Amino acid sequence: MINKNLIIYLSILIFGLIAPFIFPAFKVQLSILCVLIILAMTWNIQGGEMGYNSFGNILFYGLGMYLCASVQVGMFFPLAEWTESGGEKTFVHTPAQFFQGFGVGLAVAAVVPAIVAGLIGYSILGLRGHYFAICTLGLGVAAGEISGGIEIIGAGQGFTTPPFPNFGGLEARGEFFYFCSFISLVLTFIVVKSIYSTRFKLVLNAIRDNEDKAEAMGIQTMKYKIIGWMISAFFCGLAGGIMGGLVGYIDSTDVAFDGREMGVFMVLMAILGGKGTLWGPVIGASVFHIFKEGFWTFFLGWQYVALGVLIVVIVIYFPEGIMGWLREKYPERFGEVVDEADRKAQVELK
Amino acid sequence: MDFMVFQYPMITVQACLDGILLGILFALIAYGMALQWGVMNIINIAQGDLVILGGYIAYFMYLYGIHPAWGVIVSPIIMYFVGIGIYKLVINKVVDRDLFISILATFGISILFMQLMNFAFGADVVLANSGYGTTFLFDNNVVLPNSKIFSAFVSIVFAICLVIYMKKSKLGRAIRATAQNARAAKILGVDTEKVYAATFGINAALCGVAGALISITFTIHPYMGLPYTIRSFMIVIVAGLGNLPGVALSGMGLGVFEEFADYILGTEFRIGSVFLLLVLILVYRRFKLSKKREYLK
Repeated sequence: MINKNLIIYLSILIFGLIAPFIFPAFKVQLSILCVLIILAMTWNIQGGEMGYNSFGNILFYGLGMYLCASVQVGMFFPLAEWTESGGEKTFVHTPAQFFQGFGVGLAVAAVVPAIVAGLIGYSILGLRGHYFAICTLGLGVAAGEISGGIEIIGAGQGFTTPPFPNFGGLEARGEFFYFCSFISLVLTFIVVKSIYSTRFKLVLNAIRDNEDKAEAMGIQTMKYKIIGWMISAFFCGLAGGIMGGLVGYIDSTDVAFDGREMGVFMVLMAILGGKGTLWGPVIGASVFHIFKEGFWTFFLGWQYVALGVLIVVIVIYFPEGIMGWLREKYPERFGEVVDEADRKAQVELK
Repeated sequence: MDFMVFQYPMITVQACLDGILLGILFALIAYGMALQWGVMNIINIAQGDLVILGGYIAYFMYLYGIHPAWGVIVSPIIMYFVGIGIYKLVINKVVDRDLFISILATFGISILFMQLMNFAFGADVVLANSGYGTTFLFDNNVVLPNSKIFSAFVSIVFAICLVIYMKKSKLGRAIRATAQNARAAKILGVDTEKVYAATFGINAALCGVAGALISITFTIHPYMGLPYTIRSFMIVIVAGLGNLPGVALSGMGLGVFEEFADYILGTEFRIGSVFLLLVLILVYRRFKLSKKREYLK
C-alpha cells in the first residue's frame, strides 16, 4: 500500500507547481497566499507551540522587506540617490543585476532578522504572558514609526523596489515571484514539519504548558525560546523580502511595519486554523485569504470594520480554531483512542 | 538633532510645564486602565480609541455651536453607556479567560472603532477651538495655552471626585471588594457582573473626559488611539496597580519625557520614542526581577 500522506503531499506540490499556469489571473493572489501561510506557520512556532503570543513578528517581516530592497539597490547603485528620486528610472537594473541582487537581498533579509531576534531575544523573552504581547506590540509600532523618519530608506515618501527586468517582451514577473514564494513555502513547511517531529517541539510545548516546571526539569528554557524565535524571524524576514518585491513599493507604516494589517493577520490566521498544530495555520491562512479577498473586493472601505468584527468573533466563539473543532468532532482521525462508554458517561455527566 | 534645549534654558521650563500638564491627562486615562485591570484583570487595547471617541463628541458639540468645554460633562455620560454596551457585547465573554484572549478581542474592538470613526468623522486632524487664549510667563519666554491649564485642572477635579466616590459610595466599596477577591465578594452578595459592567463604564467615562480635554488642547484623529493605550499601559506598569500618587507622578514624568523627545529628536520620532520607552521599561523591570529569579506577573 502506498503511503496516504505521500499522495497528499505530492498532489499539493504538483498543484502548487502548475497553479500559476491554470489560473494565470490569480498569480499575485496565490503568491500572497504563500506568504501568508509562511507568516502564519512561523507565528505558530512561538505563538502556538511555545505559548509566547507575539504581536511583534511584523518587526522581522518589515525588516526583511527593507533589507532585501536596500541590498538589491545598494549593491549596484547609490541607495540615497535612488530613494531621493522616488524610484524614477534614473538607474535601471540589468536582468543579471536584478536576480543577483534579489538573491543576495533575500539571504540578507532572512539572516539579519534572525540575528536581531537572537540579540533582543534574551531581553524580551524574559517577559511572560501579556507583558510579552504588549512589549512586542510596542516594538513593532516603534519600528514602523522610526523607519518612517530615516531618510536613506525613503522616510515618509516610501521606497520603490527595482522594477522587474524585461527580456524581449517576455512578461514573467508574476511567475517569478510566485515560484519564489512557493519554494519558500515548501522550504518552510519542510523545516517546520521536521522540527515538529523532534525533541525541540516537545521542549517548546513544555515551556508553553508550564515554564517553571520545565526549568525545574533541567531544560535551559531561555536557549530554546531564543532559538524558536530566531527560526520564526528567519522565515518572517524571508517572506517580507519576497513580499517587498511583489508589492513593488515599500512604505514604513502601510506596507512594511503594518501592525494593523499583516501583524494582526498572522495571529488571526494561526488562531483561526488552530494554534499549535502543523496544518492549522495552513488551513487558517487559506480560509482567511479567501474570506479577506471576497470582503476586500465587495465591501471596499468596510474591510477594517469586517476585520475588527472577525477578530472579536473568532477570539470569543472560536478560540480553538478549525483544527480544534475537527479534533473534537472526529477524534479518531487524530489518532486519539476513544472509549465509547467513557465518552457516553462524560456526556451524561454534563 | 536640535540642541536648542541646552542653549536656551527657557525652552527647558516650557517643555517641563507642557509635559506636566500633558502628563496629568495621561494619568487620568491610566487611572481608568488601572481600575479595569485591577478589578477585571483585562488589558483594554481599545482604551485609546475610547479616548478619541470621547474627543469627537466634544468636537461635534463645538461644530454645532456649543462651547466644547461642556463636552467634559456630556462626553462621559455618553461614553459610560458606550462602555456598558461594549461590556455586554464582548468583554463579559472574555473576563474569566486567558489574558491574551482579552488583548486580542480588545484589539479587534480597537480596529473596529478606528475604522468606524474614520467613516463617521473623516480622516482629518481636527481640534475644537475653546477660545481660551494664552498665558505668558517669564517675560513672554514661556507660552502656556489656557486650555492646557483648564484641562489639567478638570482632570485633577475628576480624579479627586472618583477617588472619593470609590472610598465612600456603596458601588465603590463593591468595586474595591471585587478587585480584592472576586469569589469572596460574590459569596458575600456582591453582584460581580454588575460591578464589572459599572467598572468598564466608569473607565469609558474617564476616557470620555480625557478625550474631550484632548480635543480642546491638542488634536484628534481616528488613528491616534493606540499611542494613548500604550502610554496608559506604561504608566500603570511603572506605578503599579492601585498606587494613585504613583500613577499621577509617572504620568507627569512621561509627559515631560515626551516633550523633551519632541525637542531633541524631532516630532517625527515622538510616537516612536514612546513605544521604545515602553520596551525599555519592560526590559529594565525584567532584568531587575530576574536577579531575584522572578518575573513580571
